[in-house]
Amino acid sequence: MTPLLRVSHLVKEFGGSGWLRQRTTVRAVNDVSFDVRAGETFGLVGESGCGKTTTGRCILRLIEPTSGEVTFKGTNLATLNSHDLRLARRDLQIVFQDPYSSLNPRMRVGAIVEEPLIIHKIGNKSERATRVAELFTLVGLDPAHGSKFPHEFSGGQRQRIGLARALALNPSLIIADEPVSALDVSVQAQVVNLLQELQARLGLTYLFIAHDLRLVRQVCDRVAVMYRGRIVEVAPADELFLDPAHAYTQALLSAVPRVDPADRTVRVVFDHEAYQAEPLREISPGHLAALR
Amino acid sequence: MNSTSKPPLLRVDGLRTVFALPDGREVAAVSDVSLALNAGETLGLVGESGSGKSVTALSILRLVMPPGRIAAGRIHFDGQDILALDEAALRTIRGRKIGFIFQEPMVALNPVYTIGQQIAETLAVHRIARGAAARAKAIQWLEAARVPDAARRATEYPHQLSGGLRQRAMIALALCAEPSLVIADEPTTALDVTVQAEILDLLRELRASLGLALLLITHDLGVVAEMADRVAVMYGGRIVEDGPVGDVFRTPAHPYTQGLLACLPGTSDGRRLTVIPGTVPSLGQFPAGCAFAPRCPHRLGACDVAPPATTSIGADRRVRCVLHESATGVTS
Repeated sequence: MTPLLRVSHLVKEFGGSGWLRQRTTVRAVNDVSFDVRAGETFGLVGESGCGKTTTGRCILRLIEPTSGEVTFKGTNLATLNSHDLRLARRDLQIVFQDPYSSLNPRMRVGAIVEEPLIIHKIGNKSERATRVAELFTLVGLDPAHGSKFPHEFSGGQRQRIGLARALALNPSLIIADEPVSALDVSVQAQVVNLLQELQARLGLTYLFIAHDLRLVRQVCDRVAVMYRGRIVEVAPADELFLDPAHAYTQALLSAVPRVDPADRTVRVVFDHEAYQAEPLREISPGHLAALR
Repeated sequence: MNSTSKPPLLRVDGLRTVFALPDGREVAAVSDVSLALNAGETLGLVGESGSGKSVTALSILRLVMPPGRIAAGRIHFDGQDILALDEAALRTIRGRKIGFIFQEPMVALNPVYTIGQQIAETLAVHRIARGAAARAKAIQWLEAARVPDAARRATEYPHQLSGGLRQRAMIALALCAEPSLVIADEPTTALDVTVQAEILDLLRELRASLGLALLLITHDLGVVAEMADRVAVMYGGRIVEDGPVGDVFRTPAHPYTQGLLACLPGTSDGRRLTVIPGTVPSLGQFPAGCAFAPRCPHRLGACDVAPPATTSIGADRRVRCVLHESATGVTS
């Protein structure tokens, strides 16, 4: 079965140009390849600066990749012209981390959710209004609140609005970039469950970008761990958490504070100085690690 | 309280801190907060945004700025009545006897002075050392905070350091006057998980070697479980439950504590998380009764009448919930 999304040898370099400036380039994303299967939740985890967010944005070409291919439903997004890219983006949406800055504060939330429909010229005014009301209900908001502004909502509700906007065009893949990390602990679970309900109901596929390993284990089918722009390990979620192969993955997992003293493990400290990039190889079926 | 006869290092009784709204109304960010911290002990103060945990910390140092003010309560630290002190006396406590570690070191550190200058300045202000001796001591404190190549780092500015190093510099700054209490407000929230683990290790180490008491404010239950001896859970400006950390997390008594522990990823079977419905109330919108009542699965008529009193439920444990009020031992 061909994957819904295939990222191959994706590279993104920053810097390097500019007069009177040193020509140093940073490879934020370095030869990243992975597949996302239809209907699954694929987790991309790592610490700040590892390149996980840049990878997500390169897939949508919100940031232009330097090289590599992004094949979505058989089409290479990396080479599409702007018109075709816009069409492809109907099917490929993003939910951002910060529900405060990702919604225009001067727009009514109904208009925010309607905007993608207008841009893609879908339906007339009354059809769009019906669709917006439907989307509000879908994400657990009262459609009567469409005339309010973003500041009148709590963080969790704003994230629901962002989700309604992402769902407006019936996408098959949603890139969720830290969708709950700005929310209060007691509210996170509501949004996580909503994401899972919507997945079951609408057959969505998620690329779930996060740093919270506890959460990733709970929601993801498969997980890729990124370090310094590269994927160092990919495995089914349970296997990755129970039997991490790469020293960095082991260090990352052992650093998570545990509520239950019985869960505590010996801390593994990763030697950043000694790190050497290795290509990924399969160490057991479906489990790849960048080991020699 | 505790079985020891010595009075606690820090004791807060019935603290109420209010903020004036533009229309003149006052709303309480913190109500009836009482807590005690013994020398060398770590208390975790847990809560979500708007729960009042940071305002509690600022109140202890009398750093609440207008339109906020401390409206009621008593704060005793090391035998002194903090609320009765004048500014000059307060300055001998802030930074000297009580150190402060903030969430965002980039904001707390002064961007135009080097790390070494800032520590040396603190030592000079508190008349611990000056000149070359202060500079040498600054380097020693950076070394104690495990800043690699401390002599060079002392000459660098905050923006030249990584997030983890900045937090280490902040810890050196907070500890250099050898306080007996450190208040750490979300000290690792802005850090990556592996850096967080290193900083927590460092705090544990320095706490042991310096005999520090630590008031650790955080929303992360895992951090509290690993660091604290006792925990106080705040919601809607009040402490709803407190006790030894192991006991509280094993057998939480308040429905909010129960919900908070249950909604953590990895605690429920299968994919769905257990949910606390509703949202965290914001300042000025706390209900008349128990602040958690609108979200509580056990809500009773009495919950909406008045905030429940604190009930003692066994050794060194208290809870503020009508479900436990029927038991004897009402303490306030």
